[in-house]
Amino acid sequence: MTINLYFEDVNIGDEVPAWARKTSFMEWNRYAAVNDEFVPFHMDDKAGVAAKNEQGAFGMGNLRYAYIVNALRDWIGDEAEIREVGCQYRAINQKDDVLTVTGKVTEKKTEGGENLVMLTTNVVNQNNEATCPGHAVLVLPNRVNSGS
Amino acid sequence: MSSNEQATLVTADMADRKGVWGNERTSPPISESDIRKWAIATYWPEKPPSIYWDPDYASTTRYGGIIAPPDFNPFAWPVDRPRPRVATKRDKNSERRGQTGLNGGQTDTYGVPMKAGDIIRSRSRLKDWNERQGRMGLMLYTFTETEWCNQFDELVRTRISTGIRY
Repeated sequence: MTINLYFEDVNIGDEVPAWARKTSFMEWNRYAAVNDEFVPFHMDDKAGVAAKNEQGAFGMGNLRYAYIVNALRDWIGDEAEIREVGCQYRAINQKDDVLTVTGKVTEKKTEGGENLVMLTTNVVNQNNEATCPGHAVLVLPNRVNSGS
Repeated sequence: MSSNEQATLVTADMADRKGVWGNERTSPPISESDIRKWAIATYWPEKPPSIYWDPDYASTTRYGGIIAPPDFNPFAWPVDRPRPRVATKRDKNSERRGQTGLNGGQTDTYGVPMKAGDIIRSRSRLKDWNERQGRMGLMLYTFTETEWCNQFDELVRTRISTGIRY
């Protein structure tokens, strides 16, 4: 089992390690294949322009959401829980954008026997433009119960 | 009220549907291969975590086996699909407000993880809405709640999705 992060080790203001992907058709087509998301404006530049995106085809919001989940999972390890993730799609994921998931701890508390950590999250592009503000709630193990 | 303004984008149908569960669906059984491919696609080009594809490793975790990423969609690739709506001449000529839709985002709250062999049931309802004036004129924000449970009636996920129309 992999425990990357214990509740005791988290402090308000801590940041999620940056998690980045360059996105283009290679990433979008793979996601379309597993999510059955073959929407023309994600697959074809002409369809993207027709959908009023001058730069052509653009990426899926759901894939950005997956990136947030993945960044959190890689940070906390397998024994912790991702309890809640929310986001708003505020800007388009253009072809060849480098998307980086960011997150910062805003609160931590023990409630109902669970160690909860709250964060603000975002997905920023290579121009440091925020595309997807959101939040997350994690449930982390503590060292005492884990015997560490 | 100018020609660009409209009193409301809320329809009588929305009022009738508010709070009423519907759109019930049942997924096919989830397979380890479905989970592995999902993880590979969403981690591409890097290697996904072992919990999503290595049964030997996964057996050592609290879950006792492979789990699906929280965002995994077991309803992808249905055999029966609704026919796409064909645009009518009226649609093409229409400049009616409220015909443009956007995905505003979502908040997912997770329960038990999905595993291979799970069969997920889904139902959804229109939870609420509000309207406000935006750059594009009157904008309608709808909030739809979708609930997933597994074959043991354990809650897997609740999603509140935001739809935007203007």
